[in-house]
Amino acid sequence: MTKDFAAWIIRVICGVKLLPAEALPATPAIYFANHSSHLDFTTIWAALPSPVRARVRPVAGKDYWEKTARRRRIARDFFNAVLIERQHVTIASNPLEPMLAALDAGDSLIVFPEGTRSLDGQVHEFKSGLHHLARARPRVVLVPIYLQDLNRILPKGDFLPVPLLGSLSLGQPLHLAADETKAAFLQRARAAVQAMAH
Amino acid sequence: MHLDPELLWLAGGIIGLLVLSSTITFFLKLRSGGKPNAVVANLDARVKAWWVMVAVFGVALATGVIGSVILFGLMSFFALREFITLTPTRAGDHRTLFWAFFIVTPLQYYLVGMEWYGLFTILVPVYAFILVPTRSALAGDSEHFLERTAKIQWALMVCVYCVSHVPALLTLKIRGYEGQNSKLVLFFVLVVQISDVLQYVWGKLLGKHKIVPTISPNKTVEGFWGGVLSATGIGTALWWATPFNWWQAGLLSFLITLMGFFGGLVMSAIKRDRGVKDYGTLIEGHGGVMDRIDSLCFAAPIFFHLVRYFFT
Repeated sequence: MTKDFAAWIIRVICGVKLLPAEALPATPAIYFANHSSHLDFTTIWAALPSPVRARVRPVAGKDYWEKTARRRRIARDFFNAVLIERQHVTIASNPLEPMLAALDAGDSLIVFPEGTRSLDGQVHEFKSGLHHLARARPRVVLVPIYLQDLNRILPKGDFLPVPLLGSLSLGQPLHLAADETKAAFLQRARAAVQAMAH
Repeated sequence: MHLDPELLWLAGGIIGLLVLSSTITFFLKLRSGGKPNAVVANLDARVKAWWVMVAVFGVALATGVIGSVILFGLMSFFALREFITLTPTRAGDHRTLFWAFFIVTPLQYYLVGMEWYGLFTILVPVYAFILVPTRSALAGDSEHFLERTAKIQWALMVCVYCVSHVPALLTLKIRGYEGQNSKLVLFFVLVVQISDVLQYVWGKLLGKHKIVPTISPNKTVEGFWGGVLSATGIGTALWWATPFNWWQAGLLSFLITLMGFFGGLVMSAIKRDRGVKDYGTLIEGHGGVMDRIDSLCFAAPIFFHLVRYFFT
């Protein structure tokens, strides 16, 4: 109930509509999107229909979301986020492990392959994480999403939102092709997001 | 509670019009025989939305100045939201926009509600005019500075300042018309909106010669004159509900329908420039809030000033 209400509030603030269940692929899926605002993962989370939302986990940087107790509560307890290591990656803290574990448990993921929020509104080069996920779990569908104007609602570094009308576009699901190189795949995935920019 | 019989007649007339529109739509749907028809489907959505809008407007008007100030304040907020979304601004404008949405807009309506005429008529043209560029300059981004400032100022003028003159009509002290101003608001909104509807209807029936095809392909000379003259006729016939005599009501109706046309035309030019058809999707069949109130924007301040100058 609280989560449905929170999702409604987020949709009202960002001007984004609830996605119809039939527009979404079978779960688990990996939703990947461009990244420009803290609102990005909350918006995708809020736009998913309630049953899908219950099984989706945003992937976020541990360094940022574990800095304060409040951030940890928001990320861990409320959004059930998968927090991954971005800075001191070792074999012991391999960021892929917790993501694969979530997928294997039947959960879907929300990821931002650019790795960090873009300041200029452009979709930057994708980091290789998406490719690792696609190769490790080839049956999981990858769903491109383009988020528009969320950086104008809540830009990086600001905490006061301006309630403009954002938008969320859902693209055609894709898979890693059999003989596709990492660079080609990442380029194709990025192009699928960029193609929805208008 | 004393109910003004003239007010009841106006309300009854509006509901009658809605019933008539719903009946016509019903028969049009029957005639199209279940086959999907885009024009009829749009008409159906529009009529349904009209019922909702009339109900909301009725509740607001029934609760007097406070209800109307809140309703029009919300409409301004939503219109501003649609307008700024369409208008490219930069990160340096973020705090300026925060002020525009959360300080300037509520303050404008608060001043209208407290009937402080001397300040609400200059809040946006003077104080926001100074605030907007100053706050953006403090953010330190000079790229397209004048353009960005002009866009935000214009958005505030049209979405907030102009629209706030509709509830401001309730605060006018008209000799011999005390306590009856809600009829004046109803008269104004009815004439402007019905002119819009009638221009659409006449245009669909007889429209041939486009007025400004590069800006609005749907506005025709036939639709314009048909709509303006028939709405002026309706306005004239409603003189009994206003503080005006019949020719004054007619002249004012003619002026506000003309202003309504200008407002719609200018907002269309902005949509064309931004490459969109509608400002938003909030109102089924109509588009956004701004698409519905575009004709009120220019008409409201002009009507307010004319009534204030000649009748108070």
